[in-house]
Amino acid sequence: MSFLECRSISKSYDGKHALKDVTFEIEGGDLLSVVGPSGSGKTTLLRIIDGLEKADSGEVLLKGKKISGEPFLHRKMIGMVFQNPVLFNTTVFNNIAYSLKFRGEEGETIKKKVEEMLKLLRLHDLRGRNALTLSGGEAQRVALARALVYDPDLLLLDEPTANLDPYNVSIIEEVLQRSNREQGTTVIVITHNIFQAKRLAKNVAFLLEGELVEFSDSAAFFASPRDSKTLSFIRGEMVY
Amino acid sequence: MDGFEVIAEGFARALQILLSGDQGILEITLLSLRVSLAATLLGAAFGIPIGFLVARKDFRGRSVVTTVINTLMGLPPVVVGLVVYLFLSVSGPLGFLRLLYTPEAMIIAQMILTFPVVCGITISSVLSLNPKLKETLVSLSAPPSWEARVLLNESKLGLITAIIAAFGAAISEVGAIMMVGGNLLGYTRALTTAIMLYTNMGEFATAIALGIILLLIAFGVNLFLTYLQMRSRVRRTT
Ligand SMILES: Nc1ncnc2c1ncn2[C@@H]1O[C@H](COP(=O)(O)OP(=O)(O)O)[C@@H](O)[C@H]1O
Ligand SMILES: [Mg+2]
Repeated sequence: MSFLECRSISKSYDGKHALKDVTFEIEGGDLLSVVGPSGSGKTTLLRIIDGLEKADSGEVLLKGKKISGEPFLHRKMIGMVFQNPVLFNTTVFNNIAYSLKFRGEEGETIKKKVEEMLKLLRLHDLRGRNALTLSGGEAQRVALARALVYDPDLLLLDEPTANLDPYNVSIIEEVLQRSNREQGTTVIVITHNIFQAKRLAKNVAFLLEGELVEFSDSAAFFASPRDSKTLSFIRGEMVY
Repeated sequence: MDGFEVIAEGFARALQILLSGDQGILEITLLSLRVSLAATLLGAAFGIPIGFLVARKDFRGRSVVTTVINTLMGLPPVVVGLVVYLFLSVSGPLGFLRLLYTPEAMIIAQMILTFPVVCGITISSVLSLNPKLKETLVSLSAPPSWEARVLLNESKLGLITAIIAAFGAAISEVGAIMMVGGNLLGYTRALTTAIMLYTNMGEFATAIALGIILLLIAFGVNLFLTYLQMRSRVRRTT
């Protein structure tokens, strides 16, 4: 039994396919990069896995259990970082603490875990700042902190470093890799940056117009792609 | 005596009353404050949760309910006074409560005025929240009680505005409390009803003086509420 299994997922909006019969599985502890041009269905796939969107057909299984049945129960094991995260109108500290309060954690535990996150994401000096006053990179780090603080089994990230400067990119990539290696967190990260995929991923999935064109381990994906469309995407020849 | 002179004399009278601490007028002022603050708090206690539910829940007839509440925001106080009067009068359905011509009756009548104001403004401020907030809460597994707490906190600015508007409607109205309170000296006489009375008696300067006191206490209450409003606004500190 694999950790996460997507079976024949299809989804359309207004008669137009966003995802077509997408099937793949990953093992616990994997780090999967989903790449593909804009509009290829990457975000839709992530939202279906997080239970925010219902697939028209097909199913998602997490540790062998159907997510589509009880998204609420399973979501507690999932952390999601949206492409443009919305933070709450309160301090950075409280933004991260909320995730634990939602899970009924107690004051001391909350304090300890939030402190750890502040340190990990280098947000210490910003702990008392209102989160709505943060820069893009700082906000993205808070969004990652609040998804990681409850130690999810599966972490989903939608282009977490798009439009960020190298300093923020390096912190976020480092934290992703660390929780993947040290906590064993399974990670799915959407990126349109194939260099980032190459740097981070164990597996790479290539989506094109809602179809899963290629799914393989990172080395094979970049060295010897099976599909010619993958090759032209990697070479940057794909026009989109 | 022309209008300007009356107003000038009213100012002098107001100053005199404020300095001398006239016992009767102090009582009238305190009653006004007590009734209108209670009506505002009660209106908010019902208006905020109900407004929140109307804004959050997708039920049939939601837009009709919202339209009704928005219409009631402009409810004429004298009509409210009349209806409450009919309910509370000896032969009315709630006559056995013996509340007519009491401060409690005044609070009930004003609460009927403040409730739709708070409710309507709450609905509009919750509706105008970023829809992604709700999705973020779902994704973070926030239980319903926490979801409500966080979303109300996000609407804080609008909720304070709702309370300011409700208090303004209550403290300034005369029709409702006149009908159900009866303007009884030392018991149900409030600032606005006293102004009516002095005007009818031709004591314009005293009426103006009471008007000035009314404005002053409204200003004082709003000073506090506006302070809360300014504090909850987001400022960039760096
Ligand atoms: N809520 C929606 N309503 C209508 N169309 C949508 C919606 N969400 C996504 N789509 C469409 O589905 C397709 C895939 O979108 P998306 O998953 O966001 O792609 P990506 O993240 O790869 O850029 C696009 O054509 C997009 O316009
Ligand atoms: Mg996307």
